[in-house]
Amino acid sequence: MSLLEIKNLHANVAGREILKGIDLSINAGEVHAIMGPNGSGKSTLAQVLSGRDLYQVTAGEVVYDGKDLLEMPPEDRAREGIFMAFQYPVEIPGVSNLYFLKAALNAIRKHQGLSDLDAMDFLALVKERMALMEMDQSLLNRAVNSGFSGGEKKRNEIFQMAVLEPKLAILDETDSGLDIDALKIVANGVNALRSAARAMIVVTHYQRLLNYIVPDFVHVLAEGRIVRSGGKELALELEESGYVGIEETVESA
Amino acid sequence: MTAAPTNFLEHLREDATRRFSELGYPTTHDEDWRFTSVAPIARTTFVPAVSKRTGQEACPTGVEICKLSEAQPELIEAHLARYASYQTNAFVALNTANFQDGLLIRIAKGAVIEDPIHLVFESSANGQPTVAHPRTLILAGPDSQATILETYSGSGGAYFTNAVTEIVAGDHAVIDHYKLQTESARAFHVSTLQVQVGRDTNFRSHSLSFGGALVRNDINAVLSQGCECTLNGLYLVAGEQHIDNHTCIDHAQPHAASHELYKGILDGKSSAVFSGKILVRKDAQKTDAKQTNKNLVLSEDAVINTKPELQILADDVRCTHGATIGQLDPEGIFYLQSRGIGLADARNLLIFAFARDIVDRIKVASLREQLEQILLEKLHGTRP
Repeated sequence: MSLLEIKNLHANVAGREILKGIDLSINAGEVHAIMGPNGSGKSTLAQVLSGRDLYQVTAGEVVYDGKDLLEMPPEDRAREGIFMAFQYPVEIPGVSNLYFLKAALNAIRKHQGLSDLDAMDFLALVKERMALMEMDQSLLNRAVNSGFSGGEKKRNEIFQMAVLEPKLAILDETDSGLDIDALKIVANGVNALRSAARAMIVVTHYQRLLNYIVPDFVHVLAEGRIVRSGGKELALELEESGYVGIEETVESA
Repeated sequence: MTAAPTNFLEHLREDATRRFSELGYPTTHDEDWRFTSVAPIARTTFVPAVSKRTGQEACPTGVEICKLSEAQPELIEAHLARYASYQTNAFVALNTANFQDGLLIRIAKGAVIEDPIHLVFESSANGQPTVAHPRTLILAGPDSQATILETYSGSGGAYFTNAVTEIVAGDHAVIDHYKLQTESARAFHVSTLQVQVGRDTNFRSHSLSFGGALVRNDINAVLSQGCECTLNGLYLVAGEQHIDNHTCIDHAQPHAASHELYKGILDGKSSAVFSGKILVRKDAQKTDAKQTNKNLVLSEDAVINTKPELQILADDVRCTHGATIGQLDPEGIFYLQSRGIGLADARNLLIFAFARDIVDRIKVASLREQLEQILLEKLHGTRP
């Protein structure tokens, strides 16, 4: 049985249909890239999977790990192992990164029937994962994402992912706004987290990220549908021809 | 030891009694009381609370504490009721006419008092509503440093606390004043803090207000040349609580700075008023005044009235003010939820974060911990 099974998913935002019937099946251990032009519905798909209430699912179903995902509030999805790296990480003044991560990790552990991680073990874990992301430890005591540069915010997302160890990670345009050095650090972090037990969905507009995070499958989204699926070579093809050919296919269909 | 300053006090009480009978309780027709009706106080018959002093720990060197009636008459005559005006403020008049016995706290010239001086006012009303008029006069000598903490709390039924504190600080003094108000749910609480500071003093006030059915706090500070004045405030109201914070900073002389930050959290059908007056007198050049009032409104039924009032008569000054009224950020809530934090906890975390910078400004560790505890209890109490 696959880890994530999306069937005929339709979703609206403010009465406008964005997703028009998505079918997608993802197994543990796989990395799926979802590409497509702006406005194709890539980020909407990521947000719907993580439970953002701005989007209304109007048809279809999503089964995650044998459970009806769409029934779950966002926190339960996270506790069940779903993690979304935000395209625009939210600034939370007044809450330190450290406190936030501890609250998140312990909420997830509680759900798994585990006791709170003690302070020493938690700090050791956090420091190890920070080193992976080449992040300065001073960021721990700063407020979540507050005053972080764009690159720091994206690194902080992957750092959180490294601490929370999800089963399904969704990276929503994690590459946008990153220079090549930051992109490499983020990709290294993501690659270090690849494992047979963990699936990833990498949403991106550009092929560039996929040079560093090599996917097992590539899907092209256009106007709310997956119009092509293939292996990693599909990304290279898109790099050469762009999305123009894809959009024409949709219109003539 | 000189005799008690009986004649002066008697005369003062008579004068204040007469003045209160002229003024009467303010009504919402008075600009300063437009959004706060004290009718519930005016229509209640209170009996004077029986005052009981429950003891005092040893004073550190450099601090003297005594009853007003036992203080040196010349000190009392020179300072008591010279700053908090019973001519204009009816509640100050009521206090001045009726206080049973207040306290005089003297901090010697140059004394640096490490531990906070803690004044605890506890009310307990069983049966008929009671009224108490706590009165405190604090005289801090030049170059002294001290921290004063006033806490007001209570239990039982309706009661009325009407407090007046006057602080007079000499040149170069550094004074931190904290007031924690956790009166009982049916209490009325009115207070005036009147501050008169000398040259180059540093005065910081922290007003933390959580309890009471009807609460009004006035803070008036008159600044001399080169002063630095900080007014921090935090209020959290729910149910049908009403809180009114009025502050007035009088930049009477040049080169003084004032920084004011009041933050409010409103839930249920509560209401709050913030009125911040900054007066920059003609000679007060190079004044630097900044005022901010931020409100977090958690329910659709809560009401906030916020009003800056800047009166600037000098021309070379920097004065800014800003007020915000906002709700919890849904993006922030979702971000926390997406990391596994439950909805109620996510909301509480954001509310706590809103209050964070005021909490962090509290230097008395025990008070900071107490405040965190109060916030946690309040948040759990008001959220499903």
